[in-house]
Amino acid sequence: MLDLVIIGAGPAGITAAIYAARKKIDFILVSKDLGGQTALSADVENYTGYQFIAGPDLVAKFEEHMRQFAITFHNGEAVTRIVQKPGSGFVVESGKNSYACRSVLIASGRRPRWLGVPGEEKYRNKGVSYCATCDGPLFSKKTVAVIGGGNSALDAALQMIAIAEKVYLVDINPALGGDEVMRRKVETSPKVEVLNNAKTLAITGERFVKAMKIDVSGQARELAVSGIFVEIGSTPNSDIADFVDRNASGEIVVDCLNRTSARGVFAAGDVTTVPEKQIIVAAGEGAKAVLGVSRYLVQEK
Amino acid sequence: MAQVKVYSTPTCPYCIRAKKYLSDKGIAFENIDVSADEEALKQMVDVSGQMGVPVLVIDGDVIVGFDQSRIDQKLGF
Repeated sequence: MLDLVIIGAGPAGITAAIYAARKKIDFILVSKDLGGQTALSADVENYTGYQFIAGPDLVAKFEEHMRQFAITFHNGEAVTRIVQKPGSGFVVESGKNSYACRSVLIASGRRPRWLGVPGEEKYRNKGVSYCATCDGPLFSKKTVAVIGGGNSALDAALQMIAIAEKVYLVDINPALGGDEVMRRKVETSPKVEVLNNAKTLAITGERFVKAMKIDVSGQARELAVSGIFVEIGSTPNSDIADFVDRNASGEIVVDCLNRTSARGVFAAGDVTTVPEKQIIVAAGEGAKAVLGVSRYLVQEK
Repeated sequence: MAQVKVYSTPTCPYCIRAKKYLSDKGIAFENIDVSADEEALKQMVDVSGQMGVPVLVIDGDVIVGFDQSRIDQKLGF
């Protein structure tokens, strides 16, 4: 039986793996991908030691650091479920494998939130995207919509101003949020039309997206667009552990030692209730969690 | 040697990772920047039936996204 299974290889999981290797804990790292949301961040300017680094480059640095240790890393393997075995630890299941272990560290992060409207799933990757950095350049000189009103929506809108012919910014709130500097850039661009109090109702098309139906302050409207970027925040990947306490938005409740409500199950990073979803905070939480796991394993022996 | 094509955009982090992965494994590939070439974009949409990047074509088989386990399987790693 393993001492520990770490789930997720973003900043929290990778840092946890480095600490666990140095503590000589018998563990494995299991993740659906490497880098998590950091791998999709364009520019990182607040990770200590780097004045400026692109997200994928920071992930490469993390990986390089981690690979200095002989770590068993099951990449491309998404954990589907954690099962409690009263009196004998846990089994972490991935569909491909199952791993018996004495403790679990959940660092599974977050994923983009979906709108939940008709057409969204059908047209995913057929005009509907959750990553302007990835798919934005495909909509050169086209008309697109960005849905959302926070910083990530403003960031996507700014990226699309440089690429698209016209950008609708569809915001459900009465006024845009986010940083004022970015907001002003978006609002003063002649390419952008901001629609406030605008609720997205449906996405339509044929083989690819052609339009979206919205409700603007009670008035129905249809926007002819070929691309739709959904930037309405994110949701924690906490479904794998339905037996631990979670808050209303699905975040795993942890105490200051990263312990969850289930003994032997720890959590770290953006999947938890710890405020401020930042790369450096997640990395620090991953370190802290493994030191807690280490103490737990010693006590339990 | 497998015939490998990568449809990508210069900014997409998963494209960068997919290309780096192939390079690290010593696999030669043809990179096609679909943000600069509208014909290539149409071709990518035709072969994959969707618009997300990257799209890898390995010996005629289409892989959407940076799907490491499928790439490994196709290349025999």
